[in-house]
Amino acid sequence: MDIEDRPDSRPTARTLGLTFLGVALSGFGGVLPFARRALVDRRRWLTEADFNETLALCQSLPGPNIVNLSVVVGSRFAGVGGAFAGVAGLLAAPVILVLCLATLWARFGASGRIPAAIDGLGAAAAGLVVATALKMARPILSRAPAGGGAIIGCVFVAVGVARAPLIAVLAVAAPVSVFIAWRRRPGGQG
Amino acid sequence: MKAAGETLLALLAQFAVLSLLAFGGANGVVPEMHRQAVAVHHWMSDRDFTTLFAIAQAAPGPNVLIATLVGWKAAGIPGALVATLAMCGPSCVLTYFAARVWDRHRDAPWRKALAAGLAPVAVGLVAATAWLLVRAADRDVALALITAATAAVIGFTRLNPLWCLAAAAGLGLWRGL
Repeated sequence: MDIEDRPDSRPTARTLGLTFLGVALSGFGGVLPFARRALVDRRRWLTEADFNETLALCQSLPGPNIVNLSVVVGSRFAGVGGAFAGVAGLLAAPVILVLCLATLWARFGASGRIPAAIDGLGAAAAGLVVATALKMARPILSRAPAGGGAIIGCVFVAVGVARAPLIAVLAVAAPVSVFIAWRRRPGGQG
Repeated sequence: MKAAGETLLALLAQFAVLSLLAFGGANGVVPEMHRQAVAVHHWMSDRDFTTLFAIAQAAPGPNVLIATLVGWKAAGIPGALVATLAMCGPSCVLTYFAARVWDRHRDAPWRKALAAGLAPVAVGLVAATAWLLVRAADRDVALALITAATAAVIGFTRLNPLWCLAAAAGLGLWRGL
């Protein structure tokens, strides 16, 4: 039938695009778990270890993580065309949908009790980002509580509280943090 | 028309830079997006920004949709497309080439150090975004409670976030009675 039955076949750009389209549309409230399910469990294009490895790369690079993931996976199997297909598949439908939602908000957002509902929605959306920060912090704080915690705290205060220019904060924090991690590596000093 | 062209150029320049600074993904650069959109360019109010962020979260798809909506508010559909492509383009090109280098140096120790070093920086950025959104969205105690409950439920369970968003919108409606 399709590629699911032949895990070893190389996906074409078209299959890649359609797969990421499916991932994007099922990804209510976070695309990542759906990407893992599609790429590892259903399509078997990547092993679990491959996926984690690729994700670590995409999270280390700047840019939207999941978009980066579609570039890496798309280009690995189908070159530049695959990368474009992956990104387009991931973005096209969500962009159209979110613009429809925004248009509805522009037209009806001020009427009746809608503003009160939107206030509740905004409060929950803030809570989602708090939860994301907590989830991201947990493995770092258990592995390197002092160094990791200090970097998290400094970046948070500089960007969130002092509102220092982002580029300046990154120019200082990224090299310092990588240097600390380098010294901590097995066989490293310190 | 000149003004519209200038807005598109400003969006292009702003998001192309943010693309390469977005450690921790799009959520890492929300404070900078907010500063530019609200304080520098006056494209929207603080409250509009919070609402657009909530809409982006409620739609399916990646976090980058907040860039789409900032572009939309600033310059309509063309603005939405320019902001989205500018936010993704530079980082996609970088990723394309970095993936090759990364694969070639599979066992190099610098790879682990780079990933381990950049992770806490990304967490700090996302925490700063959380703080900005909390201050903007939680204008009274009830809203702060909604934020805290959502953070606790999503932080410590595997529940789909959509349920929390729906419940919060419902609570908001009920409060507005």
